[in-house]
Amino acid sequence: MARIIVVTSGKGGVGKTTTSAAISMGLALRGHRTVVIDFDIGLRNLDLIMGCERRVVYDFVNVINNEASLNQALIKDKRCENLFILPASQTRDKDALSLEGVERILNELSENYDYIVCDSPAGIERGAHLAMYFADDAIVVTNPEVSSVRDSDRMLGLLASKSRRAEQNQEPIREYLLLTRYSPQRVKLGEMLSVDDVQEILSLHLLGVIPESKAVLSASNSGNPVVIDDKSDAGQAYQDVVSRYLGEEVPHRFVDEEKKGFLGRLFGGR
Amino acid sequence: MNLMDYFRSSRPKSASIAKERLQILVAHERRAERHQPEYLADLQRDLLAVIRKYVNVDQNAITVNMEQDENREVLELNIVLPEDAQTQPHRRRTAALSRQ
Repeated sequence: MARIIVVTSGKGGVGKTTTSAAISMGLALRGHRTVVIDFDIGLRNLDLIMGCERRVVYDFVNVINNEASLNQALIKDKRCENLFILPASQTRDKDALSLEGVERILNELSENYDYIVCDSPAGIERGAHLAMYFADDAIVVTNPEVSSVRDSDRMLGLLASKSRRAEQNQEPIREYLLLTRYSPQRVKLGEMLSVDDVQEILSLHLLGVIPESKAVLSASNSGNPVVIDDKSDAGQAYQDVVSRYLGEEVPHRFVDEEKKGFLGRLFGGR
Repeated sequence: MNLMDYFRSSRPKSASIAKERLQILVAHERRAERHQPEYLADLQRDLLAVIRKYVNVDQNAITVNMEQDENREVLELNIVLPEDAQTQPHRRRTAALSRQ
């Protein structure tokens, strides 16, 4: 039986796909059989971030419509044998995903995988609803910025009312906060909401803080999930996130400003 | 921190403004969205039907609102009567049921 994780946010551009790629790769690298599904029908992008865009033959909608089998559509990652990618379709048909179709595929995947990571599209339309409907866990990706925090709160409301667990009165979805694009320097200057501020507003369990990092863009440029870049701050932060998700106690890093030496302060800039 | 920052430091920082705005907004939206029982829409529709037996009120003349705090819930009905239905113009009838 797989655990289904939705990576969601409401607002676009906060790092859902980056996070889905990093967490699925992180789980797979630790030996868990993992599949990551792109729910952004019409705007497929997970394949690019995962670096498998040229290997897409069949997609999620093909499988739902029985035009291809799951095994034909799943792309096996070249870096990690435990990781599979199910790409989104590029169709413009907004209703290409059906609740029954998604359920059937998740059930089928559940038999063979440990974790199913659902990369939600932005917004609260059909794709986002279906991405979270069957979830056991939700990772709510939030930037320390007013519109993102507000949208995350809206998503929490939907997770608590419009999911299968909510509708069937089961144990609620476990919700985690992942704060991304965090800049401790700007927090210290009072220019950015702090981790504590966001946590206080959303009252969520903090899964991790990903610092604003050049490594994220260079990872997406090259099609490698940033979690592989273990020299980078963002890569290490995502490793910690995976550890915490798996139940390890790992102290939060990258939350406080790095102390600069005397010369660094003289010449360093920011 | 340079010299200019020193002179500016008496102004409230933008992050604390953001936090305050969000706290107010989020609390408001949660009240509006999360704690409203699902039957409110049906209740509103049924009430409208009953009242229309006697007074021809507008579709939007009734608002039903549920407010909760730690030890009580208040169900508030707000009915705006049309001007020609009564001798006094534009009367508002508000009923509040509370449960401790």
